[in-house]
Amino acid sequence: MVDRRHFIKNIAGGLAALGGLSLLQRSDLAAATGMGESLVMDALPGKEALIKKTFRPPNYETPVSVFDAPFTPNKLFFVRYHNAVIPEAKISEWRLSIGGDAVHAPFELTLEQLRKDFEQVEIAALCLCSGNRRGLFEPPAPGLQWGSGAMGNALWRGVRLKDVLAKGEIDPSALEVSLAGADSGVLPTTPNFVKSLPLTKALDENTLIAFEMNGEPLPHWNGYPARLIVPGWTATYWLKHLTAINVISKPFDGFWMKTAYRIPKDRFPSGQFSSQETETHMPITEIIVNSLITNLADGQTLLHTQPIEIKGVAWDGGDGIARVEVSTDGGNSWQQAKLKQDYGRFSWRQWQFVFEPQHPGQYRIMARATSHSGATQPLEPIPNPSGYQHNAVQKITVNVA
Amino acid sequence: MRILILLLSFFAATATAGENQIFLKDRPGKTQVATQCSICHSLDYITQHAAILDRAGWKKTVGKMINSMGAPINDADKQIIIDYLAQNYGK
Repeated sequence: MVDRRHFIKNIAGGLAALGGLSLLQRSDLAAATGMGESLVMDALPGKEALIKKTFRPPNYETPVSVFDAPFTPNKLFFVRYHNAVIPEAKISEWRLSIGGDAVHAPFELTLEQLRKDFEQVEIAALCLCSGNRRGLFEPPAPGLQWGSGAMGNALWRGVRLKDVLAKGEIDPSALEVSLAGADSGVLPTTPNFVKSLPLTKALDENTLIAFEMNGEPLPHWNGYPARLIVPGWTATYWLKHLTAINVISKPFDGFWMKTAYRIPKDRFPSGQFSSQETETHMPITEIIVNSLITNLADGQTLLHTQPIEIKGVAWDGGDGIARVEVSTDGGNSWQQAKLKQDYGRFSWRQWQFVFEPQHPGQYRIMARATSHSGATQPLEPIPNPSGYQHNAVQKITVNVA
Repeated sequence: MRILILLLSFFAATATAGENQIFLKDRPGKTQVATQCSICHSLDYITQHAAILDRAGWKKTVGKMINSMGAPINDADKQIIIDYLAQNYGK
């Protein structure tokens, strides 16, 4: 039975959803060849057409061809939500509250105070969904069936989280920093998307509260007016539409930490977030070394009369990319690609390789990145129940005619 | 119950243009699935998992929606929804 309190929250949620939905109705279904599992291009209000994974909550990925540019345009940047009620922020009413049981002087900030009271910094960083490429796991892993486009590289401008937290006077008992945003579920019984970071990562000089992306205010669908930037860690921690940051002395025990976004400890490097680890499992944390070919599609036909340029991007969790190797013979031999401009260790690195096929035929093209710490990509993805951290060497077959 | 029906019709009336083009298979149980699941999310969450989840997987997913996500689905409807998903969108 629905009681009165639920009814009111439902209507409020429904109306908020309605605001988003009426905007959605103006969106344009472009390349739909039918619904279900076929490719659907759709534009959210203020965005250009992206690959629609789900309409509500909105989950949209970026076409891989967009990654030919060093920075992913805001209007083409991927969109990922867990809950469907995503209110549009009113700056006059927006406040960021800093508190928690391990803060001595809780306070609130307006957006203007956030911008003016702390030193502004800008950092290039890859925002990578933990489940990017989940759709490539075999056998399939349940969850949004992402291709390779749940990521984007951007220049983020904001203030350091550590500077903001210092104003609240952190108690020595501080263990984690929890983060909450304005979005919520339709029903009052649905848990809000709340995450936490270990204190050390929250106080890292690269962890920012960002309000600009590629020189513009954050788009609504990417966290306007302020979101967290956690360079080197997957995007589950990059909380959007920030409203509350709490410094706490106990491990945060919400669904999105204790149950979701967890990986088996025996297959990935551990120790980054010990307060959330159990004997067997831990939260996903750092991005692992990876690469992507961005200008060729599997099954594509190319002419052998001219050199074939192979382009891509490579990234890791902050050690930086040492080299990218390309194979054109299915992994029998490898040659080094040319790395392009370095925008910093948290940015992806573009690379390029010129392939001159000697004769027509089928070629198996692969790319493999190695980080400065010596970590490199495996040939097969590391199996895990929720399909995170897919970083297998990509294999593309092209026909040279 | 009247309020619930009112709410369901309210949400049905606010489905998006895109969402309206997601068609679930017209088999027994579709009404329960379409009305209850779509309170919180579009039905492409279901079609996207066609042939990925088996009966045990769908049962686990529906259980997660009720126990972790707070979906107000009663036991009778829960069974109808699991059967529908397993039979029509199962591996």
